[in-house]
Amino acid sequence: MARIGVFICHCGENISRTVDVVKAAEAAATFRGVVHSVEYKYMCSSPGQNLIKEAIKEKKLTGVVVAACSPKMHEPTFRRACHEAGLNPYFCEISNVREQCSWVHEDKTVGTAKTIDLIRLMVEKTRKNHELQHIKVPITKKALVIGAGIAGIQAALDIADGGQEVILVEKDPSIGGHMAQLSETVPTLDCSQCILTPKMVDASRHENITLYTWSEVIDVKGYMGNFEVTIRKNPRYVKEDVCTGCGLCYQKCPQKKIQGKFDAGVGLRRAIYVPSPQAVPNVPVIDKDHCTKLLKDRCGVCQKVCPTGAIDYEMKEEIITEKIGAIVVATGYDLIPNNFYGEYGQGKYADVIDGLQFERILSASGPTAGEIKRPSDGKIAESVVFIKCVGSRDPAKGIPYCSKICCMYAGKQAMLYKHKVHHGQAYVFYMDIRAGGKGYEEFIQKGIEEEGTTYIRGRVARIFKKGDKLIVRGMDTLSGQKIELAVDLVVLASAMIPNKGVKELYQKLSISYDTYGWVSESHPKLKPIETSVAGIYLAGACQAPKDIPDAVSQASGAASKVLALLSKDELEKEPLVATIDKNICAGCNMCVQACPYQAIELKPIKDRKGNVLRYASEVNHGLCAGCGVCVAVCPSKAPDLAGITEEQIYAEIVSLG
Amino acid sequence: MKQNAERKTQDAERNAQDAGRRTQDAFEPKIVAFLCNWCSYAGADLAGTSRKQYAPNIRIIKVPCTGRLDPIVLIKSFEMGADGILVSGCHPGDCHYRSGNYLARRRWMIFNEMLQFIGLEQDRVQFSWVSAAEGGKFVDVVNKITEDIKKLGPAKEYNAS
Repeated sequence: MARIGVFICHCGENISRTVDVVKAAEAAATFRGVVHSVEYKYMCSSPGQNLIKEAIKEKKLTGVVVAACSPKMHEPTFRRACHEAGLNPYFCEISNVREQCSWVHEDKTVGTAKTIDLIRLMVEKTRKNHELQHIKVPITKKALVIGAGIAGIQAALDIADGGQEVILVEKDPSIGGHMAQLSETVPTLDCSQCILTPKMVDASRHENITLYTWSEVIDVKGYMGNFEVTIRKNPRYVKEDVCTGCGLCYQKCPQKKIQGKFDAGVGLRRAIYVPSPQAVPNVPVIDKDHCTKLLKDRCGVCQKVCPTGAIDYEMKEEIITEKIGAIVVATGYDLIPNNFYGEYGQGKYADVIDGLQFERILSASGPTAGEIKRPSDGKIAESVVFIKCVGSRDPAKGIPYCSKICCMYAGKQAMLYKHKVHHGQAYVFYMDIRAGGKGYEEFIQKGIEEEGTTYIRGRVARIFKKGDKLIVRGMDTLSGQKIELAVDLVVLASAMIPNKGVKELYQKLSISYDTYGWVSESHPKLKPIETSVAGIYLAGACQAPKDIPDAVSQASGAASKVLALLSKDELEKEPLVATIDKNICAGCNMCVQACPYQAIELKPIKDRKGNVLRYASEVNHGLCAGCGVCVAVCPSKAPDLAGITEEQIYAEIVSLG
Repeated sequence: MKQNAERKTQDAERNAQDAGRRTQDAFEPKIVAFLCNWCSYAGADLAGTSRKQYAPNIRIIKVPCTGRLDPIVLIKSFEMGADGILVSGCHPGDCHYRSGNYLARRRWMIFNEMLQFIGLEQDRVQFSWVSAAEGGKFVDVVNKITEDIKKLGPAKEYNAS
């Protein structure tokens, strides 16, 4: 006989305001199997939990139903309390009456009736609960970091310093990400390369870090502690172990006019190239879309000039599989494409550029060596307009969010421009100035008061060319006047969007992402580093627009999570997995085919002499994720899923009848 | 002041609605919602945390994945007196269990045809994809199915034997 206790939480007033908790407790006391039913102001508080613990002991409860907030919030809390009182935690269930009832229905009669229904449903389920024990699985002590921007590098370094092996995968030829493209950083105006390159070198030299650049993660199998990852190493056509990085090949390459990714299209590179002089590893790569040797089998200059014979036109891609215990996703961001706003003429006019392109122009190692020459004719830009919120905060264009970093970098770029062109004039069109962050507001004020940047509150309607000037037509919403400026260069603070191709990667990892493609965190407040999949963590701007200090601190956070996981030898896994009854299983193979994790195998059943009598399915509990697809497809219902058994689903349905 | 007046009218309207709901002749359908744990259940939670109001007729049963549901579960729900059923999972490609929602989709396409065979209107079982970020969509889905079932009236008594 089940002896169930029902505990109804007021959640302060969040539940009791629209639910008559006393009436609900009285009703629950009459349910089949319920021997104890109470309500309390804060069940999750320590006295609230003690109420449950004492009741378990005094009333000899065999099941606990807590009617409170969503199980995603406090299920672990209450299960722990039950465990401490000597009750198997899987006898504790949560009836979600706050999110599903009190917060969404204002009428107290309706709310109370629905609450009683929801409690009855959970009581019926709890009556059919079974004792479950955690499953123990071994952990592979190795981490994978996907993406080697500043977040990925920081996470890899922290994990490696913690004594664990790390594999760092980067899809570009060099690590460093967008931070390597930047000129100087906010608010201290540190040279970006100067603070980043030592970390890049550390990452490449660390004994615990294996670096795979020009590589992509193409497949992920397994589960927390036991992932199996397949990495494709794209052919560089340059042998990494032979190349000395002398640079003769890219000095001699005749293909000179290729717009490269690193210089964001404002600089030109060769067909064999290193993205930047500080590239790590300092090994060139051949662009197979532009190299005449690879395309038409003509040229071959780089092979001729290479003093060490490192060039190999026959190089093939390499597939590497690695066993991994934990994964950090640090796949970063991109900017909106340049045709996003036709009226701004980006893509049509060479002198309308985005923030990253201007960073390259500002950068001492950039295509103009740090001189503010405009892309169209190389003339020094005497006046520049910076436009903020280009794409960001524009729901009509599908980007309602704020890109967060643009206020700061537009302010910084205006300041750096003035440092380089003293007589020049910088205008910033803005919607709001959002300068939250340590030293950020002061930085913006300095730009306005000391550096003479002109801030104009309003939007730009159109940009067009007149002679060799760009006419920027917009509105000053503070004075209410139309404004028209003739300038040399326009810099758009374009909206940040997730990197190209990341959705396919996230699908391979089975992690969730939001409508824009940013990785979803497990809980917005309390689990901002965990993804929806156990053992996979996130760092940096793959979650949402983020500046460097935020990305770095999150990366360190992710690294500490990984280190905590890898510090254990065995992992305790939730026992909510499927088990197949061999006596019922007819060996039809349906579940084997349906299982998304390849966790089910047909195994022979033998007699004493070793003759195979028949085959029956068996679930590998280490691999099983507990989706229950096998239960649904089985014609004879041989599998059952712990935690939500067939019996329980039917009990829940019947309770509503 | 203006807001107060508005609120008062809204309250009056709501009370009138509630009075209607409580009278015997107004049909209040019983709707069972099977929500997957990772997307739609979280979407329902988000509707709650955003304090979005919706029709109170649904009773949510949490399942790990919509792929966990056997059509017999739905038939049993009708047998137990449900007037409508909502099955809601993750968007294609977003399944926490990789492909459970695809299996579910194929299953429901066939099940829909079976519904007519057993004499139930197709609109009584509705399927949707609601992500953890779509609290607003969850509200719309619930309100729509409630309206649809109200129009259809009570489900014919269905007896498995």
